[in-house]
Amino acid sequence: MSARGVTTAPVDAVRIDRCARSSRVPAMLDMTQSLSGLLLALFMWGHMLFVSSILLGKEAMYVVTKTFEGYYLFGRSYPWIVSLAVACVLLLLVLHAALALRKFPADYRQHRAIVRHSINLRHGDTWLWLVQLYTGFAMFFLASAHLFFMLTHPAEIGPYASSDRVWSGGWWPIYLLLLLAVELHGSIGLYRLTMKWGWLQGRDALAGRRRLIRAKWGITLFFLLLGLLTLGAYIKIGIEHRDQLGERYRIGWQSVPGGEPRLSAESCRCG
Amino acid sequence: MTAASQSPSVRRLTLQILRCDPQQPEAAARLQPFQLDEAPGMTLYLALNEIRDTQDPSLQFDFVCRAGICGSCGMMINGRPGLACRTLTANLPSLITLAPLPGFELIGDLSVNTGKWMRGMSERLESWIHSSEEVDPCRLETPMEPELAEQIYELERCIECGCCIAGCGTAQMRSDFAGAVGLNQIARFRLDPRDERSDDELYRLVGDDDGVFGCMTLLGCQDLCPKSLPLQTQIAYLRRKMAALGIT
Repeated sequence: MSARGVTTAPVDAVRIDRCARSSRVPAMLDMTQSLSGLLLALFMWGHMLFVSSILLGKEAMYVVTKTFEGYYLFGRSYPWIVSLAVACVLLLLVLHAALALRKFPADYRQHRAIVRHSINLRHGDTWLWLVQLYTGFAMFFLASAHLFFMLTHPAEIGPYASSDRVWSGGWWPIYLLLLLAVELHGSIGLYRLTMKWGWLQGRDALAGRRRLIRAKWGITLFFLLLGLLTLGAYIKIGIEHRDQLGERYRIGWQSVPGGEPRLSAESCRCG
Repeated sequence: MTAASQSPSVRRLTLQILRCDPQQPEAAARLQPFQLDEAPGMTLYLALNEIRDTQDPSLQFDFVCRAGICGSCGMMINGRPGLACRTLTANLPSLITLAPLPGFELIGDLSVNTGKWMRGMSERLESWIHSSEEVDPCRLETPMEPELAEQIYELERCIECGCCIAGCGTAQMRSDFAGAVGLNQIARFRLDPRDERSDDELYRLVGDDDGVFGCMTLLGCQDLCPKSLPLQTQIAYLRRKMAALGIT
C-alpha cells in the first residue's frame, strides 16, 4: 500500500461514517411507520363501521356493498374497485409491517429481555407494547389471508355471500382472532402515536395522557363490542342460510333473474 | 431483642438481596434474605445500612447524598427501578426484593457502574455546550430570559441515576440505545442559546435507531423517573424536530 493510501484511508472512513450518520432515511422510516399505522387504524375504523351495517339489516349492508362496487355512481357494479382498494390496503399493510419489523426483538435474547422486563416492571404501557408486538405478528398471517381472499374474490361480499363465507366457509375463527388483534393493535397504536409525537395532550401533558388512555380503552371496548356483535350477526345469518349456500341476496328492485340490472330512474323509483 | 421488635405494631421486614461478586466468577449469584425491624420513616437506604452495620459488612451498595440528588443508590426494588434513599419501606410489602439496575456494569451486589455508562453516553452524544466563543471568566455572562433558564433547569435536574435505562424496554433489548437520559441531554442543550450546534448537527448524534427514532414510547422512563422529569414530552419534541429534517 502506498504512503498516500495509508494516510487517506482513515479520513475516508470518517467521512463515510459521517455521511451515514446524517442520513435522512431513519427519519423517513420513522415517519412512514407512524403514517402508515395511522392510515391503517383509521381505515379499520371505517371498515368496522361499514361491515357492522349488517346490524341495521341485510338491506343496509347490501347498499353499503353496492356503494363500494360503484353501483350508485356508474349504474352497475364493478367489483374490481373493491380489489383495487384491497390492493392499496395490502400494500400499506406490507409497508407498515416491514417498518415495524425494525422494532421487533431480533433474536431470542432480545425477546427474553423484553418479556422478563415486562413481567418485573408491571408497567401498563410496557405491557401494551408487548400486546402490540404479538397482535402485530398475528396479523402478518391473519390479515394477509383475509386481504388475499378479498383481493381475488371481490364480488363475494354481501349479506349472504359474507355470511356464507364466515360460517359455511369456516372463516369465523380467523375473523374472531383478527378482530381481537386489529382492535387491540389499532387502538394501542393510535394512543402510542399521540405519545410518540406529543399530539393531543394539551397544556398539561400528564392530564392529557390520562385522558388519552381513557379514550383508548373506550375506543377498544366500543369497536370490540361492535365487532363481536357484527361477527355474531354474520354467523347467525350464515347458519340460517347454510341450506341455500351460493344464493345471493337481492332486494326488490333487483330481483331480475340471471343478473343484476343497470341502475335506472325507473328502478330507483321502484326502490 | 430490641424494644421495637416486641411491639406488635412493628413490622418485621425481609429484604431479599441479589448477591453477586463479579470478582469471584465461581460463586453463583443468589438471593440472600436479611431480616430487620421496620423503624418509623425508614428508607431502604437506612435499612441497607442497618443490615451492613449489624449483619453483613460485605454487602455492597452505593450512596452519597441520601437525599435523591446524587443518583447513586438506584436499584431494582421489587422489580422496578427506584432510589433507595427516596423509597420508604412503609410503602412496600414486608418482603422486599432488591437487585442491581440492569444494563450497567456490575461492581458487586447492588452496586453498578452507572458512571461508566453515563460517560460513554455523554461522549457519544457530546453532551456539553459547543461554543466558538472564548470564555472570559472575568466578564459577566450574557443574560438569559428567566423562563428559558427555568426550562433548561427543568431538564438539568436529571441526576443520571440510570432508572430510566433500567425501566426502558428498548434499552433492555438494545444496549446501544441512547435512552431517555441521553435524549434529555440533547433536548437540554438544544434549548441552551450558548450551544451553537444546529439541528442538523444534533441529528448526526441522535437521528437514527440508536437515538430518538429508536424510542418505542413504552414510557417506562416517564413513569419511573425519580425526579419526575417530563421525558415523554421532551422525547416527542426532539422526535418532531429531528423528523422535520427528514422532509426538508
